[in-house]
Amino acid sequence: MVTDTRTKRSGQPRRLLKRLMGVTAALAFSATVSAQDVNTTDLAVTDDTVTVGILHSITGTMAISETGSVQAEKLAIEQINAMGGVLGRKIEYIQEDGASDWPTFAEKSRKLLTQDKVAAVFGCWTSASRKAVLPVFEQYNGMLYYPTFYEGLEQSPNVIYTGQEATQQILAGIDWVVDAKDAETFYLLGSDYIWPRTSNKIARKHIDKLGLKVVGEEYYPLGHTQFNSVINKIKLRKPDVIFASVVGGSNVAFYKQLKAAGIDMTKEKPLVLTISVTEDEILGIGGENVEGAYASMKYFQSLPNENNQAFVKAFKERWGDDIVIGDVTQAAYLGPWLWKAAVEKAGSFDVDKVREASPGIELTTAPEGYVKIHKNHHLWSRTRIGEAQPDGQYKVVFETEELIEPDPFPEGYQ
Amino acid sequence: MFSDYSTSELMSIFAMQGFAGLTLFSVFVLMALGLAIIFGQMGVINMAHGEFMILGAYITYLTSNIFSQWLPGLYGSYFFVAMIFAFIAAGLLGMLVEWLIIRHLYHRPLDTLLATWGVSLILQQTYRSVFGAREVGVSMPDWMMGSYPLTDLVEVPINGIFVMCLAIGTTCVIAALMYRSRWGIQVRAVVQNRTMAGAVGINTQKVDRMTFGLGCGIAGIAGSAFTMIGSIGPTSGQLYIVDTFLVVVFGGAASLLGTVASAFTISQAQSTMEFFLSGSMAKVLTLLFVVGVLMIRPQGLFTLKVRR
Repeated sequence: MVTDTRTKRSGQPRRLLKRLMGVTAALAFSATVSAQDVNTTDLAVTDDTVTVGILHSITGTMAISETGSVQAEKLAIEQINAMGGVLGRKIEYIQEDGASDWPTFAEKSRKLLTQDKVAAVFGCWTSASRKAVLPVFEQYNGMLYYPTFYEGLEQSPNVIYTGQEATQQILAGIDWVVDAKDAETFYLLGSDYIWPRTSNKIARKHIDKLGLKVVGEEYYPLGHTQFNSVINKIKLRKPDVIFASVVGGSNVAFYKQLKAAGIDMTKEKPLVLTISVTEDEILGIGGENVEGAYASMKYFQSLPNENNQAFVKAFKERWGDDIVIGDVTQAAYLGPWLWKAAVEKAGSFDVDKVREASPGIELTTAPEGYVKIHKNHHLWSRTRIGEAQPDGQYKVVFETEELIEPDPFPEGYQ
Repeated sequence: MFSDYSTSELMSIFAMQGFAGLTLFSVFVLMALGLAIIFGQMGVINMAHGEFMILGAYITYLTSNIFSQWLPGLYGSYFFVAMIFAFIAAGLLGMLVEWLIIRHLYHRPLDTLLATWGVSLILQQTYRSVFGAREVGVSMPDWMMGSYPLTDLVEVPINGIFVMCLAIGTTCVIAALMYRSRWGIQVRAVVQNRTMAGAVGINTQKVDRMTFGLGCGIAGIAGSAFTMIGSIGPTSGQLYIVDTFLVVVFGGAASLLGTVASAFTISQAQSTMEFFLSGSMAKVLTLLFVVGVLMIRPQGLFTLKVRR
């Protein structure tokens, strides 16, 4: 894959030729702005192309999750190009493989920014990879569009966070189970790393605030596959809600064992509210094992709006019929579009000008509906509750009326 | 830590946790049996053991798809067919790997570590290319899901019982093969003294290949059983490899009984502690306990008495 995209890059002589052609074109159509005007910081912008980077793991353990994001970003870029590109320039991309290894992510992002001079990077998935590339982006003043829902507590001038931060995802979810399902007791369960721990901290604070009770909180190592003990504890403490942020392969084990232990999630108590199982994960878990669980996220493939129907159709045409689209994949799709809107508003590819133009950018064509960039670089978005169906899709049962303001540093929740 | 629970609850806890521990024990035994033969008997450090398991899991996945497509009437019993296929496929692949790589390395056991590590990487990438990077789910026949309720709190999962029976059955078959059959005698003879075994007319190459194949075949069966509890992805094998070596080394490399005893100790310790402590803490304490025992008894719990 990597070599493919590399060969796409124009070599020096060709680039010169292109530049000459660009100049003639510019003479012919004086409407096109010349490369010097839209790019004062020596980015890889010619008169008819602009180069961006895609940085995800396509090998290693994270490849499972990140493949969808790569597909979404490529689709968005192709669609933008078909519409005439950005500021009259076609987007070309250089794809690098982070190989599920955080130092590799840092090294590749340095390469993209210093050698390839890309105008923006769409990439990263885990918080660990984002933390690894953050100093690089800040040092070389790059622009990263980061798609995953994450724990918050971060706000960099060099990152636009297109997924939800923790409070957006969690508070609405808990409010919903309390209102709609009369939940009073909660059992918090997660994989043992920063995202589930921060998420559960926020959840616990919120539950305390509502005057309700947390009856258990538990973490298991990544990749853990034996959940019988915690399932026994859950049976004993009889919580109304199991609030789950188990990730990766552990999910499969957890839901299969939950079902085998006789906990029927289609009955009301205990119900499962997860913030980590998207349609992608259900492929591995099996729809019949997770039927009846509720997920709190901003996007489900089954959202009925027109934007989404067109998006799902285009995605399937491009990448195959049997593919599913999860929350992060949709957020990754937003990246190139948000960047395009910011570049056009700024009238320049310069990172500083794009950053300045970004807050307030709206996207009415987003598959999840309307989104807007907040001045803290996160997105205003709605949160939805989906109920898992045996066919592996979610049925949307609730949607917040208002857009939720992103709040990466929630007061009183830390 | 007991004060939070009433006496009847404590009874249920111990019953449930005991059963959870037994399930974990069966899982450990299944994982470790193949390795006990390959590592314990042959001395080959097989880092690709997890990938052989995952091969079995993928075979199960394929079989389940074939059955649901062509033989939906027999779907309830596909799992047994899948296990046989998994055994054959993993065994054949094992024999191929032995023929291509391992047989050249019997005199350099440490190099097998690198060679099989390479094999594991190749297999992972092959799975990724063939089955895709995403995890796949295997649906179980209905009779294998669900549980028998004994009391309000105590429920016995059916697939737990199934894994347990499978583990016991496989262990018995292997024990009989190793200690009661002609072939077993040959294996043990080759392991103890390759040159001498050759001199008395044993075809050592054939025995090696069969032994390695058998070990891998059992890994295939284990992988097949794991589709009931865990995930199947190209790299899932990595999740199991550490635990597997832990069980075999702790039990004493050359002893089948040791493997079983060590699986039992580790699983019961872990599942009991998991209930009263957090999952991560239980794992830490289990590992500390194992390290402690191995410091006192570096050869593991059980050892063969052999004159060196």
